[in-house]
Parts: sequence; C-alpha cells; structure tokens
Amino acid sequence: MTNQKNPKFFTKKVASLGDFLFKNLAAVMAASALALLLIIGYELASGSGSVIRTFGADFFVGTQWVPNEGREIYGALPYLLGTIASSGLALLFGVPLSIGIAVFLVEMSPRALRVPISYLVELLAAVPSVIYGLWGLFVFRFILVDYIEKPLNTYFGWIPIFGGPTPIGLDLFTASVVLAIMIIPTVASVTKEVVAAVPNSIREGAYSIGATKWEVIRHWVLSYGRSGIFGAVILGLGRAVGETMAVAMLIGNAQGAAAIPTSLFAPSQTMASLIANGFLEAAPGSLQISAYIGVGLILLIMSLSINLGARVMVTKVLKVKGGAVE
Amino acid sequence: MNLNSYGLRKFKNRFFFVACAVCVVLAVAPLVSILWEVIVRGAPQLSLNFLTATNAKDGIGPAIQGTLILIGLTSLIGVPIGILSGVYLAEYGNNHFGSTMRIINDALTGVPSIVIGITAYGVIVIGLIGSYSAIAGAIALSFMIIPIIARTTEESLKLVPNNIREASLALGAHKWKTTLRIVLPSAKSAVITGVLLGVARVAGETAPLIMTILGNRYFFQGLNEPMAALPLEIWRDSLQAQQSIIAQGWGAALVLILLVLSINIIVRVVSRGRLRK
Repeated sequence: MTNQKNPKFFTKKVASLGDFLFKNLAAVMAASALALLLIIGYELASGSGSVIRTFGADFFVGTQWVPNEGREIYGALPYLLGTIASSGLALLFGVPLSIGIAVFLVEMSPRALRVPISYLVELLAAVPSVIYGLWGLFVFRFILVDYIEKPLNTYFGWIPIFGGPTPIGLDLFTASVVLAIMIIPTVASVTKEVVAAVPNSIREGAYSIGATKWEVIRHWVLSYGRSGIFGAVILGLGRAVGETMAVAMLIGNAQGAAAIPTSLFAPSQTMASLIANGFLEAAPGSLQISAYIGVGLILLIMSLSINLGARVMVTKVLKVKGGAVE
Repeated sequence: MNLNSYGLRKFKNRFFFVACAVCVVLAVAPLVSILWEVIVRGAPQLSLNFLTATNAKDGIGPAIQGTLILIGLTSLIGVPIGILSGVYLAEYGNNHFGSTMRIINDALTGVPSIVIGITAYGVIVIGLIGSYSAIAGAIALSFMIIPIIARTTEESLKLVPNNIREASLALGAHKWKTTLRIVLPSAKSAVITGVLLGVARVAGETAPLIMTILGNRYFFQGLNEPMAALPLEIWRDSLQAQQSIIAQGWGAALVLILLVLSINIIVRVVSRGRLRK
C-alpha cells in the first residue's frame, strides 16, 4: 500500500501515539454525555436554589402559584399531579392500541402490509410536537368536544370526573388523548420487537395442544413477553411525562389550585406545560424564574428515573432472548 | 351456555383479529388527518412572498432561515461529538467506562426537551452570552442530538463484520486508521441515516427554543441575537385571535412538516434499498 513508501509511519512510537490520541479523543467525546448530564443537573439544582430555600418543603406540597410581587408563593404539587394524571390517561388510551398494533404486525398482518404499516406508525413519531398541538387546537379538539366530551358531560355529569361546566376541549382529556397518539409509536415499536422475540417453539407448543390463534397470543405470546411489554409501557410513560408543546397548547393553562386534576373536562397543567407557558413572563433572576426551574428539577428527576428503569427492563428482556431479536 | 365451546372460541379469535386491525386504523387515522389538514389549510398560504418576506409583509422568511441556521449549527456542534462518542462506544467501549457512558447516554435521550431549554438558558443566556441568542438555541438542540447520533453510530458500527477490521489490522494499519478509513466508511450510510433522523427530530423541537432563541421578526441578526424559527412561529401564530395569522401558522406547519417528513421518508426509502441488496 502507499504506506510502504513511508516506512517511518510504521515505527512503533508513531503508531501508539496515533492510537493513543484517537482513543482518548473519542473517550473525551463519549464522556461529554456525562458532562452534559452533570451540567443539566447542576444548572437546575442551582437555579432552583432560591425558591427551595424560600419555601422549603412547601414548594413540593404547596398548591398556590402567585407571582405577584410582595405576596409571592409557589407550590408545585398541582402540576406534579397534572403530569401524573395526563401521562396515566395517555397510557390508559395508548397502551392497548399499541399492543394491538404490535400483535397485528407480528402475528396477523399479511406480509405485504407489514412494512407500510410499520412506516406509517413510525411517521407518527416524526411529526413535531407543535404540529400535534396545532392540529389538536383547531381540528381534533372539536371532534372530541362534540362526540365525547359534551355527551358524557350532559348525561354523566353527576360523576365527578365527567363533571364541571360545558367543556370547550382545552382540558385534561384532550391533552391526554393527543399524548396517547404521540406515545403509540414508542410503545408499539418496542412491543413489536418483544413479541417478535418470543421463540416460535412457544407458539408451536401452544398450537399443538389445540389453542386458537388468539389464545396462543393472549395466553402464551403476551404472557411470555410481559416484562418486555412492561418496559415498553414505561418508555412510553417517559415520553408522555416530558412532552411539552402539544400539552401546553391543549391542556388549558390552569394555575395554582385550579390546575389540580379533578375532572377530565376541566383545564389543568403539567410541569412541562407550566414552564413552556409561563417561563418568559418571569424576569431573569427573579424568584418566579427560580420556581419554574424548580418545577423543571422535579420533572428531570421524574423522567430520569422512569427512563432508566424502562431501559434496564427492556435490555434485560431482549438480552435474555439473545439472537432471537429481529 | 358452555363458555369454552368451540364456536365461541372461534368467534373470539375472529373478534380479536378485527380488534387488532381496528387498533392499526385508529393509530393511522390521526396521521392521515394531520397531514390532510396541514396540506389543505397550509397550501393556500404558500407563495414566494410567504416563503421569503418578513412577518411585517405576511411572510415566514425569518422563521425558515432561522430553522435552517439552527439545523446547520446544531449539526456542526453535534455531529462530530456524537459520531466520535459512538465510535468510542462501539470500538473501545467494551469496558466499565464504556458501559457507564452508554447508560448515561440513554439517560440523556430521556431528559425532557424543556429541561434542556432551561439548562441552555442558565448556561448561555444568563451566563456566557447574557442575552437570548441563536447560539443558545443551537447548543440546546446539540444537547439533544448528541445522544441520538452517538446511539445510532454505535449501533451501525457494531454491524460492521469483525473480519473487515481484522483484515485491515493484518495489513499493518493501526487501529485508529482502521476505524477512520475502513470501519466508518463501511457503515457510512447507516451513520448518515442516524444523523439525518436526528436532525429531523430536533428540527421540529419547540420547547427548548422558547427560552433560548426567543423569536424575532427580522432576518438573522447575529449569533448572539434572538432569532426566529418555524416551530416557534407556529406556536406563536396559534395563540393569536386573528384568522390571517393562524392561517400563516398552518402555512409554517406545512413547510416544517415537509422538511421533517421528507428527510424521514427519503432516509427510510434509501436505507431500505440498501438493506435489500
């Protein structure tokens, strides 16, 4: 090769220097992930210092949010509850659909439809959050109001979760349904891999004792893959918890005690949407900014623990099955 | 009635087949509806003036320019760092440090975008630059794209068969040269696919831009000045009462979705053709 014209290139010293430099450069770049995470953690912890010092534990359990100078008080509890409620509802609506899609793709779909359907479901993940918000605000909201919210509110309004004044669609329910659509690609694609990783011998064994296709799926395939599917659900939860723009545009932007989720058809607020909707109203360096950053800190801790838990679970399951994946 | 009768079991079997198919339809319907509405409401807006003029003249030129600048800067910062960390994880990462970084990388992909926005706000907007600035937005988006690219690069390098590496080493090339000249080029299209999908993903991000680039009614003013971007434009327009401004938001949404989806579709079609061979 051309290198032979340049025998110096082969001396051991140069060789190890090149390898040494390249390896360490790459290692530094890999370590940047750690640096980024530390910067994020430090910035949120230091930024929320003043609000946590001022209110102590009340910041985490308080329900007031009063930015007026002189009588400022900040409590993050309503938004924590709003986040739990909206992402819980998103899982409730989105997970059964996702499992249905995964089962259809792996076990039922004609071969020719498999790839196009997977593409379409994955394209759902490519649509930017703000466009979900726009669509929810001007299109989907009215469908939900006319066909679901108003009928339920009129006839079942005596049940607290359907109660409240006539719904206009800027509420917990709309935000949760749109969130459900947004987590479908995540949950469905991981579930698909888990279902595909179930060894065929399991299916064959079940068929051989006379089970129908559905019974094989229900009692053998899904139960064999249940911990992996659980991991997929938690991954979806992680996405729902951190999702910002679509929720901020649809959930009704309630503040303080009004944001505590009581009815599906009442405005609420999540931690992420609170920050997106209000951050720019606060003056730099103010206690109010610190309060928003404090909410961000709670959100960071919550989503980090959810995501790490999910990944541990998914990799554990997929590793056990070894070569069976894909 | 015997609940386990064969007829009932057969009925259940059919029922759940239909139910699963309905799930697929229910998931695809929103996608179709979104694309339909964006095209129908956005297309009438499109004109040369709309694409190039400032907001004062009913255009979204600054927003398009801002998004392109953000994509460029983010790639400039994020792609080298992302690819090199992917290289480390794939080629040298079979140790304790490597597996720790892999977990941290995964954790980073799970950090909500709004939290990354707050971080860039604290570090750049308050700290280094002292004002809302284009560069703060680009850095926030780099925080998001680095773990994505690192991940996809690692996965594509791991698919390169080991005997290619061994052949290169046996010819006397050093490991760094093998990695740069042999391994990376053989995984080139997979790495590029990962980069493009990462770009498509961050191009539509809104939340981290709110408190970094802020938005602007003018064309690019400088890296340390506020800047416009398509996602911000869509968000702000959607909050207005005036129908003509909301219509502009739909137009901007059409431009953004064309950008993002065309990257996605091209990448998928191209990479699929490659896998078939």
